[in-house]
Amino acid sequence: MKKPSKTVGSPKKPALENKKKLPAPRLGAQVICDFLESAGVDVVFGYPGGAVIPLYDALYDSKLEHILARHEQGAIHAADGYARSTGKIGVVFATSGPGATNLVTGLATAHMDSVPLLAITGQVPTTSLGSDSFQEADIYGISIPITKFNYLVKDPQSLPGILDEAFRLAGHGRPGPILVDVPKDVQTTLIDPSVNSGDEEPLELSPPPPPCAASVDALAEALTISQRPVLYLGGGATITNSGKEILSLVEKTDMAVVTTLQAKGVFPDDHPLSLGLPGMHGSKYANLAINESDLIVGMGVRFDDRVVGNVRKFAPLARIAHVDIDPAEIGKRLSVDLPVIGDLGEVLSLVLKKLKKNSRPTWRKRIAELRRLHPMVIASGDGEIKPQAAIRALSDRLAGQGILVTDVGQHQMWAAQYFQAGKPRHFLSSGGLGTMGFGLPAAIGAQVANPKTPVCLVTGDGSIQMNIQEMATARQYDLPIKIMLINNGCLGMVRQWQQFFFDRRYSQTVFQYNPPFVDLAKVFGFWAKSVDKSSEMPKAVDELLKQKGPAFLEVVVPQEENVLPMIPAGMGQTDFFETGK
Amino acid sequence: MKKILSILVRNRPGVLSHVAGLVTRRGYNVESIAAGPTENSAITRINLVVSGEEPILEQVVKQVRKLVDVILVEDLTNNEPVTGELALITIEAKEQTRAEAINIINLLGLTLSDVRDDSLTVMAAGTAMTVDMAVLSLKRFGIMAMARTGLVALPRPKNGESKGERK
Repeated sequence: MKKPSKTVGSPKKPALENKKKLPAPRLGAQVICDFLESAGVDVVFGYPGGAVIPLYDALYDSKLEHILARHEQGAIHAADGYARSTGKIGVVFATSGPGATNLVTGLATAHMDSVPLLAITGQVPTTSLGSDSFQEADIYGISIPITKFNYLVKDPQSLPGILDEAFRLAGHGRPGPILVDVPKDVQTTLIDPSVNSGDEEPLELSPPPPPCAASVDALAEALTISQRPVLYLGGGATITNSGKEILSLVEKTDMAVVTTLQAKGVFPDDHPLSLGLPGMHGSKYANLAINESDLIVGMGVRFDDRVVGNVRKFAPLARIAHVDIDPAEIGKRLSVDLPVIGDLGEVLSLVLKKLKKNSRPTWRKRIAELRRLHPMVIASGDGEIKPQAAIRALSDRLAGQGILVTDVGQHQMWAAQYFQAGKPRHFLSSGGLGTMGFGLPAAIGAQVANPKTPVCLVTGDGSIQMNIQEMATARQYDLPIKIMLINNGCLGMVRQWQQFFFDRRYSQTVFQYNPPFVDLAKVFGFWAKSVDKSSEMPKAVDELLKQKGPAFLEVVVPQEENVLPMIPAGMGQTDFFETGK
Repeated sequence: MKKILSILVRNRPGVLSHVAGLVTRRGYNVESIAAGPTENSAITRINLVVSGEEPILEQVVKQVRKLVDVILVEDLTNNEPVTGELALITIEAKEQTRAEAINIINLLGLTLSDVRDDSLTVMAAGTAMTVDMAVLSLKRFGIMAMARTGLVALPRPKNGESKGERK
């Protein structure tokens, strides 16, 4: 282990030209807190442990607010919810070994959905590395495939440079989670700020190169001659905050718009050309529009299998255009005719300049017709509550003014279908990884970041039990999140697949026991209520939203309610599953 | 088909695990991987030989290019790269076959790296074909152990290039 150099600067790299008194050396742990403060971080989520005691000791004197979760997975999903709802970098602390491995699901979740996070983990001292010490796990090695980048800080002097690089990297280009593993002795070593870190050049992060002009021209031309264009929006549209430009594009071209989970709220859900979610649980009209289209323009999307289904049957009549900042996304799942690599905002403004207004009344008419022929309707429940109706009631009352966080499963798809998000970053959902247990902590993070905005969570009885301990966190910080638990007594999405494709053999998907959720919520200090009659549901939702503090509404729904329409995995865009009785 | 990639990376800890991990976990077929220092001590060159279908190989290149510490990825496959490989081969060499083995070693211009009473260790260096031929010719004596470096490759410079500065 290197000792911090006492000399000022090295012959190769002179000290910073600082005429004033040089700042005093600080401990590694203090350097971390100083750095986060100076980077504009106001809140950190985390959970202490042996290998981060020095870090938490430095935090004790720091201006950073810290949200103490009840599990490291809760902490990292909360940081994720904070980041998704603001666009800022979410920061999470965890200790070595089990603390660090508890971050794994959260890192993978953020990685899949391109969410900028900085995870700082403690590690056993450098002298004990690799000796299977107490609470040692190779989180550096473990997290390589699920982070944008990661670091193991072995040289204390390199810590300031690494922190700076990691932070810049998290939000640069296509955002993603970064992990910095900091051995305990690095946290307790005095770091001389006048010595340039390490012996390497800091990583240069240049803005993405401007999109190639020819590719932009080709896209503009395709948009001009297309008769039935469809715009397929993904997370990139949210990240680049391109709502305004997208609206202009649609107004100029009369494109129909389909929106993935990560783009919900970018384009108004109530626009006549908005077709909502495409793919497996998309509306029939969205999928039929894709099927009839002659030009699909993907913007900030991954052509994910849940959207595309069978690659060979996807948009058979269409040329495919794909705009993305990440060249590796182009052609990853299907071949693209018109690739444009670059920042979406920049591409949009270039394309808009080249386009004249071009109305497509025939296409508009066809879209309206598809909507009329295949409407998304909520059946009446014969006194029982339709989960879709409960979500719709929540949506109506929030009226575009609140953040909705979902967990994963049937309720997530119903929320995607029936919740109208008023703004980008107002619909937060684990899309790529599909992480059950994401919702509650993510709602906590979103509420911490947006104290004045109503934050609601729609969850299921399966999902909420995966991180239910975080109700304590919400209570501790008096976070007024509103939880709507859609309780069908089972793991509904898997049960649905078993019903459709496995002859109703409900293997391990029906809970033989569930805790009395209302009692449980009350024990955690939530206002809580349960409702199971459709006539009482609207009033119950009103009551839920009226509460000042954390509140919990259990909505009991029939077990065999399904998410429809459905295109079975790997099938074509028009292969809607018929539920023949 | 096969691709020979030359990857220049910032010489930082963990960079090899990032590259190697990426190619294995995405299910690409790695035929060989070789890494070593370059003329610039801050930069390492990794030579990667991968095989598979063209679209998958294209993905390998794109995914590798995305790694933070990767500076440059060159596909040398169709650029007649300068290539080389080295192998150490230990063969059985008892009295009856010893003379013949040494004869072949000399004939092929291989180097004797170690001599024991009943075995010889031979170093073969050259193109992949030279090494293949050495392995093939020595097989019948019984190969006790072998280590191959995998292909290292450089883009073939053009005449006059040394005057300008290469990037």
